[in-house]
Formats: sequence, C-alpha cells, structure tokens
Amino acid sequence: MGRRALLIELDSDSDVAATYELVGVLVERGLLPRPRDVVPAARTILVDGVPEPARWLARLETAARQSSSERRSDSGPPASAVEVTIPVHYDGPDLAEVADAWKCGVEEVAARHSAAVYTVAFCGFAPGFAYCVSDPPQPQVPRRDDPRPEVAAGSVGLAGAYSGVYPRAMPGGWQLIGSTSLVLFDGDREPAALLRPGLRVRFEALS
Amino acid sequence: MTLLVEDSGTLLLVQDLGRPGHAHLGVPPSGALDPAALALANRLVGNPESAAGLEVLLGGVRLRAHRSMRVALTGGLLDLRIGSRARPWGTAQSVRAGDLLEVLPGAGLRAWLAVGGGIEAPQTLGSRSTDTLTGLGPPVVRAGDRLRTGDASTAEPPGEATASVARDVVTLEVVTGPRDDWFTDRALTAFFSTEYVVSPSSNRTAVRLDSDVTLDRRRHEELLSEGLVTGSIQVANNGRPLVFLVDHPVTGGYPVIAVMDPAGLATCAQARPGDRVRFRRWRPESPR
Repeated sequence: MGRRALLIELDSDSDVAATYELVGVLVERGLLPRPRDVVPAARTILVDGVPEPARWLARLETAARQSSSERRSDSGPPASAVEVTIPVHYDGPDLAEVADAWKCGVEEVAARHSAAVYTVAFCGFAPGFAYCVSDPPQPQVPRRDDPRPEVAAGSVGLAGAYSGVYPRAMPGGWQLIGSTSLVLFDGDREPAALLRPGLRVRFEALS
Repeated sequence: MTLLVEDSGTLLLVQDLGRPGHAHLGVPPSGALDPAALALANRLVGNPESAAGLEVLLGGVRLRAHRSMRVALTGGLLDLRIGSRARPWGTAQSVRAGDLLEVLPGAGLRAWLAVGGGIEAPQTLGSRSTDTLTGLGPPVVRAGDRLRTGDASTAEPPGEATASVARDVVTLEVVTGPRDDWFTDRALTAFFSTEYVVSPSSNRTAVRLDSDVTLDRRRHEELLSEGLVTGSIQVANNGRPLVFLVDHPVTGGYPVIAVMDPAGLATCAQARPGDRVRFRRWRPESPR
C-alpha cells in the first residue's frame, strides 16, 4: 500500500485480533521496527510508516511461525487483557428491533447483551468509537434504514455483529439499546480513549 | 497575547505536524497539509520544525502584532505585507510591535505563517493541530481571537526558501493498490489517462476529482472498512477518485485503487478547484 505501508488481509476477526496482539508484543520486545500506526479493521491490519514494508512483513511472518510453535509447546492461558466495565441503562429506543433480530423478548435484550464478554476489534467512525465483538456471538442486527441525524453521546448501539458506544453526539444508524454516563473519549485525558483494540469489555445492566 | 486577529480570511487554522500514531483509536493524523512547508517556515524563524504555525487558505488574513517578532511565509505564493509594505515570501521578516501583518491572495492556495516562538495553544494527543474532520485540537481561528506565541529563539535564521509555482496540469505520482484488482483493466487504463478536474468540494480531508469518465469495478460486493493512509486514492460508488489528505477518516469502505507518493501532498495543498490533475506511476528514478 504505497511505499511506506502495507495492508495485511486475514480470514476472520479472531485472526485479526491474534495478529494485532502479536505485532504489539513483537514491537514491544524490539523484534519488529515500530510502525507509526497499526490499524486493525474487520479483516485487515494496516501497518503505516515503515521504511521497508516487504522486509517488515517477512520479519512478522518469521516471528509468527516461531510464536505459533512456542504456543504449541506452552499451552498456558493467553495474556490477560485489561477489562473495562461499561454501566448501561438499557432504555434505548430500538430495543424492539434488536429483540426481533435476536428472536427474544424485549426484556431479554439487556440480560443477553450484558451477559456476553466483548473484545474491541477496532476503532473508527469517530475518535474513540470502538467496534466490540461479542462472545458468544449474537445474531446480526441490521442498521437502521433511516439513520438518526443526531445520536447522543454515550448511546449504546448495535450494528451487524458489533456493539458500540457513541463517544460524542453525531449522526448514526446503529440500533440504540441503552446509554452510559462514561466518557468514551476525552482528548485532554490520559488515556484519551477508554477503549482500544484488543481490550476486553463488559456491559453491566443498571436497574 | 501577542497577535490580535483582525480578520481571519477564508479559513485560518493553527497547525503543527499533527498527531500521527493514534489512528487505531479513530484519530486522523491532521497537521499542516504541506508539512514540509510548515517545517521550513519554522526553520526560517529559528523554531523547531514541530512548532505550531498558522495555515492560511486563500488570504484575507490581518493580524496586529503586540510585540516585535520574526515571521516567515512558505507554501503557496500568497502576498505577505507588513505595515502595508510588500515583503518577500520564503524568508524571515521582522515585525515590530504595533505593525499590521497581512496575508493577501496570490497565485497559491494555502500558505504557512511561522512566528518566532510558535503559536501557543493547548495540546490534544500531543498536537496543537485543528482537525477539521473530527474537531480535535484548537478551534478555527476567528476575528477577535488573541493568539499567544512562545519564547522565540535568538539564533540567526538559516537562510532562504525556494518557491514552488503551480503548473497548469499537475501530475501526482502513485503506487497502484491495494485494491486495484477490484477494478476493470479499462478502469485502470482510464485512471492513468484521464485528465481530472479538482472539485470545489475539496478540503483538508480529500482532493475530490471530477471527470466524465467513471472507473468501473470488476468486483461489486461491499468492501469491509479498512485502514486508510494519507494519499489513499479511493473510488466511491460514483466511479470518481478522491485523494485523501491529512484530515482523512482512519478507515474507509470503498476500494483504494492507488496510493499517492507523499511528495504529492505539497501539490494537493495548492490544488484549486478547476485545476487539472493527472496520475502517473511512481518510479524510483522519477524526476521531481
């Protein structure tokens, strides 16, 4: 991708997550030159700001083979990820649509959504907007046909296989199931973004 | 307070070299649209290259200096006046307390004004740049604003700059991919043979290009959003290309047919609506 970047294509979101984590570990250990940006997405990882992308990729592939053979010999649990809990009032305007897609009762949406564990797959759309994938997976939820001109900051929504929280008021087409008072992004805070790729997330139902 | 903004012109922004390294959080790089031009202006006044300066679009800017300072204007050829007298572009100039400093329309589109000590503003994620896509960074500069500058270096300025003058047809060098295989062979040929016209809807997010020629796709499925770099040339469903600049979204859902060489950023920063643009394959020995 250009002369200073490469786009790695992967087969699944779990491959993206594993490769993104591996890149982070290798860069921290000094085994791979640190790119300016590493940007995971649904089925790709963009590596931007490397002087020799082809050599960088070759080193990643070598390291990936070594680490997979290490993993076979050492079958310990994966590195524990930080967990963030997001308290949610499940009072969103689209609970009925989600219940429809999930083939459950409206009152069951909150219980099912807050029972799963989520991983931030990637961020995008706006600073601090995290696309969270659910374990166990839930049925896909279609986007709204008619996106709202403004969705309030803190709104919790679903689209496709993802859950997300609007970090600021903006237009949006996700199905809204609730809201949180947590501030997802604040440029003057350290860290600015509450959620980043690879983080484990739980949604906690407030009564 | 050292500079009072009497008129901010078309669009006046505080910019430094941006906030790269936060794309995984959804944060665009932002920064001066032509980073080399801002870095040069900073060197001319004795600042570190990363100091914040002012990005001027088209001109119409009037600033009242409340203390003496050194300034330099680089980038596009706009008209610099100090105390109503024309001053040369691309060299350090002295401003005395009370002087009116003006940047007026000229042959260029955007210029960068560095002031000794740099523009002071709170940093967001390590940068004082205004990101016009997400609103991060300082607000757009308005008439009546008071700008503070930092402590100026007393070192002698290093020398002069050379002006880059806009040509009639500009050529942008590109490397094809990563999604060139989503387009027909005819589309790829057309991409390199078409003379595009810069659209009036161009801004710091992208130079949008108009043409009667549409770039047809071989693959019609929806592309899952994937990461974009500055210079990514995306083809939306209307079949026309746009070149993403520094305030680009971090991901996009349309195929990227090619990526512009970073040297083209300076050209894009001066591309006016109506200017004509061609693409050419980047080669290591390409003359600049």
